Amino acid sequence: MLARTADNLFWLARSMERADFIARTIEATLRLEYLPRSGVDDPAIEWESALNAAGAFEEFIEKHKVIDEANAIDFLTFDRDNPSSICNCLENARANGRAVRTALTVETWTAINDAWLELKRFEATRRAAKDLNLEALTRFLDYVKKASLDFDGACYRTMLRNDGYWFNRLGIYMERADNTARLLDVKYHLLLPKTETVGGSLDYFQWVAILRAVSAATAYHWVYRDRVKPWLIADLLILKPAMPRSLISCYESIDRALDSLARDDGRSGAAQRQARTMHAKLERASMTEIFQNGLHEFITSFIEDNARLSATISEQYLFV
Amino acid sequence: MTAGAPFDEMGPSLDHPRPIYRHIARWLQETPPEVLAARRAQAEYMFRRIGITFGVYGDKDAAERLIPFDIVPRVISRGEWTRLEAGLIQRVTALNMFLKDVYGARAILKENIIPPELILRNPYYRPEMIGHRAPHDIWVHIGGIDIVRVDASEFYVLEDNARTPSGVSYMLENREVTMRLMPDLFARHSVAPVDDYPDELLACLASVAPRPDFSEATIVILTPGPFNSAYYEHSFLADKLGVELVEGRDLFVAEDVVYMRTTLGPKRVDVIYRRVDDEYLDPLVFNPESILGVPGLIGAYLAGNVTIANAVGTGVADDKAIYSYVPDLIKFYLSEKPLLKNIPTHRCREPDELKYVLERLDQLVVKEVNGSGGYGMLVGPHASAAQRELFAAKLKADPSNYIAQPTLALSTCPASFDSGVSPRHVDLRPFVLSGANGVKIVPGGLTRVALTKGSLVVNSSQGGGTKDTWVVDDDAEEI
Repeated sequence: MLARTADNLFWLARSMERADFIARTIEATLRLEYLPRSGVDDPAIEWESALNAAGAFEEFIEKHKVIDEANAIDFLTFDRDNPSSICNCLENARANGRAVRTALTVETWTAINDAWLELKRFEATRRAAKDLNLEALTRFLDYVKKASLDFDGACYRTMLRNDGYWFNRLGIYMERADNTARLLDVKYHLLLPKTETVGGSLDYFQWVAILRAVSAATAYHWVYRDRVKPWLIADLLILKPAMPRSLISCYESIDRALDSLARDDGRSGAAQRQARTMHAKLERASMTEIFQNGLHEFITSFIEDNARLSATISEQYLFV
Repeated sequence: MTAGAPFDEMGPSLDHPRPIYRHIARWLQETPPEVLAARRAQAEYMFRRIGITFGVYGDKDAAERLIPFDIVPRVISRGEWTRLEAGLIQRVTALNMFLKDVYGARAILKENIIPPELILRNPYYRPEMIGHRAPHDIWVHIGGIDIVRVDASEFYVLEDNARTPSGVSYMLENREVTMRLMPDLFARHSVAPVDDYPDELLACLASVAPRPDFSEATIVILTPGPFNSAYYEHSFLADKLGVELVEGRDLFVAEDVVYMRTTLGPKRVDVIYRRVDDEYLDPLVFNPESILGVPGLIGAYLAGNVTIANAVGTGVADDKAIYSYVPDLIKFYLSEKPLLKNIPTHRCREPDELKYVLERLDQLVVKEVNGSGGYGMLVGPHASAAQRELFAAKLKADPSNYIAQPTLALSTCPASFDSGVSPRHVDLRPFVLSGANGVKIVPGGLTRVALTKGSLVVNSSQGGGTKDTWVVDDDAEEI
C-alpha cells in the first residue's frame, strides 16, 4: 500500500479516537464541577487537568490567560486554534479520509462524512445562538462519542483484514494508549496505593470521574465487585487485559496489528520488537511494584516509550 | 440545423410521447408531485452522503457543492445508440491516427489538409513528443465526445475531449441512484447496463502496458490531490478499478523507471492513468514550478518504461480549431464518410469568416479554441450589447484564438422541479475507451442538463446538472 495512504489511515484513526476521548473528558469534568463543594476548591483546577489530559493546556493559556469553564469547553470543542479540539479532530479525520477514499469502505467513509456533516450543523447552531447551552453541548458530546463508535464499528465490520486495516487499528490503539496514559498522568496524585490514607468524599468522585473519562465506571464494578478504590483504578487502567482502554489491552492490540503487518509482508523490524518489549513489560508488571517505583515515573516513561514507538512505525512504514 | 422550438426527446407533450418515452411520460403523469419531490430529496441525500462533490473553481464557499441530479432519466433507443456508437468509434480512431501522424510522419501537413501553424503553433502541441510512438499507437485511451441533438434523426459532435475528460463517475453513480430510487420505472425498460465500465477501463489500461510479457501490469491513477475539482471521481475510479490513487509525491523515477513509495518499499509502475494536465506532469520538462508532477516522468515515458494515459500531447486533437477539420481527418485517414456531423464552424482566423462572425455576433456562439468548461465563451443571443462589444474587440485583437458556431436549438428532455415537469436542454458525453484490443464504449454516457430555463450551458462548472442515460431495447422504436 502507498506509504502516504498508510500514514493517512493511521492519523485518521487517531483523530477519531482523540475526539472521543476529549468528549468523555469534558463530560467527566462537568460532572466533577457540579459537585457540591466545601468552598475552598477551585473548579478551574478541574479544567486545568482536563486541558492537560487533552494535551492542550499550553495553547489554552497562551490564548486565554485565565481558566474558566466557558473558555475551556469552547477551546476543547469548537476552537480552530486548538489542534486537538473536537472540531479539528473531525476535520482532520475527514481530510485524511478524503485523501484516501480508495482505502476506505463506503461504510467507513460514510461514518466519517456523517460525523463531519453533523459537526457543520452544530457549528451553524452555535453561530446562530452565539453559544451552545449545556443541553446542546451534551447532545454534541453524545454525538461525538457515537461518531467514533460508528467509525470504529464500520472499520471492524467492513474493512478487509489487510495492511490498511492494521494501520487503522494501530492508529486507534496508539492514540488510546496515549489518552489513557495522559489521563493517569494528570490524576496520578489521586491514585494512591492501598497503604496510604485515603482522602475525603471528594476524592471518591474524582476517582469515578477518571473511570467515566475512559467509559469504565460500569466495567470497574464488574471486574472488582468492590467499591471504587484508587489502587484498583490504577490496576484497571494499566494492567487489566479485559479492560479495552487499559495500557496492556492497547499494547496487546498494537502488538497484534504489527505482527499481522509483519506476517503479510514477511518482514519484521524495530517496530515489532519495541511493541513486543512494551507488551511483555506490562505483562510482567504488578501494581505493587509500580507503586513502589513511583506511579508518576511509570506513566511518564510509558508516554515516552509510546511516542518512540510511533516514531519507529513512521520510519519503518510511512517514510515520513 | 433548425431554428424555432427545440426538439424535445420525450415528444411534444406528456400525452403524446415518442414511443420509447411512453413509460416515462406515464410515470411523470401518474406520480403525485409529493412523491416526485420525495425522490428528488432522496437523490440529493444519497449523493451528499456518499460524498460526491464537485469543487467549482472561483467559488470558495461552495468548495464542495453538489452537482444537481435530475431524477427523470434520459432515454436513447438501441437503434439510435448503434448509429451513434459507430460514429464515435470512427471519430476516435481518426483522432488517434491523427496524433500518431502529427508526432510522426506528418502526412497530413504534407497533404495540406490542415494549415501547419494550427498544429505546430498550437499551445497543446508538445514538441517533446516528436518522433515518439505511443505504445500500440494509442494516444487517446479515454475520450469524452460531447454529442448534441437538434432533431430525431441526427447526432452532432459539439466537441472532442481528448485530454482528461471527466464525468464518468456520475454516469455510474447516477445509475445506482436511479435503480434504487425508481426500481419500478427501471424494470419497465430493458436498460443496457453501464457498470462494466471500470472493468473495461482496467482492461484497456492493462492492454497498453509497456511490458507485454509481464503478466500483471501495475496500474495507478495520478491525481492532483483532494483539492482538485474532480478528486471525487479520481478516488471513485481508483476504488472501482482496485488500483492505487497516487499523487506526484508518491512516485519517483530512478534510471528511467517509475516507482511508487509503498509501505513495503518502492514498487514499479507500468501504466499511469493521469488526471493531471500535460504541463504539470514533469517539472524537468514542463512547468518547473509544478509540485503535482514527477521529476523524470517524461524521460521514463520516452524510454518506453511506462505508459501514460492519455498520452502526452493529445490536447492538439481536441482544440476547437482542429475540431472543424475532424471530418476531413476521417476522410483522410480512414477514407470513410464521417458518420457523425460536425456543427458548422466559422474559423475566425480566416478573414472572410471573421467578417461574417463580427456581423452576426448576436446570433452566434463564439468560443476560445482552447477554452473548456464553458469559460471564455459568448452566447450571442443571450449576451448584452456591451458584452458583445467587448467580445468583438477580443476577436479583432486575436482572431485565430476563436471559432464561432450557430446557436443550436439543442434538444430538450423533461426535468423535474418543485414547480413541475419542464423541458431543459441536454447534451451527452459518451466515454470512448481505446486499447490494444480495439475501441469499446459502454452504452450511454453522461447526460448533462442546463437546469436554468432556456439556458444552453450544461457545464457543471456553470451550474449544469446531470441525468441518468438509458439505452433501451425497445420494439416500439420509431422508424
